[in-house]
Amino acid sequence: MMEKMIFGRYIPGESFVHKLDPRAKLLFVFGFIIIVFLANNAITYGILISFTFLVMLLSRIRPYFIINGLKPVLLLLVFTFFIHILFTKEGDLLFELGFLKVYEEGLRQGIFISIRFLVLVFMTTILTLTTSPISITDGLEVLLNPLKKVKFPVHELALMMSIALRFIPTLMDETDKIMKAQMARGSDLSAGPMKDRIKAVVPLLVPLFVSAFKRAEDLATAMEVRGYRGGEGRTRYRQLNWQLRDTVILVALIGLAVGLFLVRG
Amino acid sequence: MDIKLQQVEYAYAKGTPFEKRALYNVNMHIQSGTYQAIIGHTGSGKSTVLQHFNALLRPTSGTVVIGDRVIEAGKKQKNLKEVRQKVGIVFQFPEHQLFEETVLKDIMFGPMNFGMQEAVAKKRAEELITLVGLPESVLDKSPFDLSGGQMRRVAIAGVLAMEPDVIVLDEPTAGLDPRGQREIMDMFYALHQERGLTTILVTHSMEDAARYADYVSIMHEGRCVLTGTPTELFSDETKLREYRLELPRLVAFQRKVEKLIGEPLRELSLTEEHFAKQLAAYIKAGGRA
Repeated sequence: MMEKMIFGRYIPGESFVHKLDPRAKLLFVFGFIIIVFLANNAITYGILISFTFLVMLLSRIRPYFIINGLKPVLLLLVFTFFIHILFTKEGDLLFELGFLKVYEEGLRQGIFISIRFLVLVFMTTILTLTTSPISITDGLEVLLNPLKKVKFPVHELALMMSIALRFIPTLMDETDKIMKAQMARGSDLSAGPMKDRIKAVVPLLVPLFVSAFKRAEDLATAMEVRGYRGGEGRTRYRQLNWQLRDTVILVALIGLAVGLFLVRG
Repeated sequence: MDIKLQQVEYAYAKGTPFEKRALYNVNMHIQSGTYQAIIGHTGSGKSTVLQHFNALLRPTSGTVVIGDRVIEAGKKQKNLKEVRQKVGIVFQFPEHQLFEETVLKDIMFGPMNFGMQEAVAKKRAEELITLVGLPESVLDKSPFDLSGGQMRRVAIAGVLAMEPDVIVLDEPTAGLDPRGQREIMDMFYALHQERGLTTILVTHSMEDAARYADYVSIMHEGRCVLTGTPTELFSDETKLREYRLELPRLVAFQRKVEKLIGEPLRELSLTEEHFAKQLAAYIKAGGRA
């Protein structure tokens, strides 16, 4: 089940998108999220879709893999689509079936919102698939640096994020192990009536929390012993390196925004 | 209960970019009532193999036969619970699986899942807690108040309480002090002998494999490359080295002694007691093998 999950996973690679600076990628995705809302007619949505497709090609990740991994999102998508279709009552009546009435505007909205949603999910997934968690945090820390002026704990946040990201796979492994150990003792998460399945979560969660506490304590001790005193006066081992291609994608983004602005209805 | 692996292959995350082959064409036959050790270098597929023994993993191709259950690749399996009751697994660091409020409840968790009466399960727990070397007063304590070694014993009792026919041990003594290691290993051996438990030990320790096992299988890069009695396997040092394994310390010591006295001793010693006897006999015989 977890093997097919692709959220937050990173596939190392050498593509154009992989080599981009994380700051550029973060700014790009952030900008893209805003730009998506500029689209409001068929042409603009067409441009968005082809742009996303281009980015996907540049990342050299098999489209099948992304689409397969996003299946869980599809459910949400279908849900929003139908909500729009059923509850928007504007424009001409397309057809009706009993109390079900589908209006033109509803259909239009449903399709557009779905595209918007899909494009966003695609772009953010490509970001996490092509950027190692550690460089995402590095990029974020630099981008959030201005917030230090208003006493926002940027370093602490970045540290927490990098530790959290680092331990996601470890905790996943541990979950898997404990689950198997309890399954070997006859508890079953994947079979039987709902009530039993919910009950079976306790033997999984308690050990997981206990070991997370232990791990946190050990990690804190190990950090302190190695002289960690907080963010003040630290130097960096990983340096970020802004290159021409990073500027290029941000320019491309601005180009996209201007383009959408011109053709939107 | 026999366990047979026939041309078992296994790949993690099959069909994704993270796909990782772990087992290639593994054939293994573990006879009922024997003590079988599985040794191999880190990453050789030992832990993957052992999860096939009670169908926690199902082969991506090939067949696993557990008693009279046949588990084939690609077929849906129902009622795996009965398999899991017959084959108990003590995982690495089993203390991480404790979760109940009291030790007693935790030991009873397994048996109750398999439908044992509460009173019976309670009696089993009381018997087992002394068997694993803890006082009965521990039963009312929280498992999280115990020391690491004690937790390990409680977890082992929890698996034994299911009354399995086959017990699979994945490095049961990793991280214990030497005395605790010896106690636990001796306890499993005693159980194996008294109750005729089929025992499968997955280990890094050549010493444990040599001392306790009837048969030893060597895993290497996802394949089961050699199976034989400990005497057979450990007499062939070059083969072992090929699979990046070492001789048990005692065997290495015997080889050194043989080098010094200039002739081989009659038998390969797998336990200190045997070696001492053999050496004494050699000396008594006036230095003749």
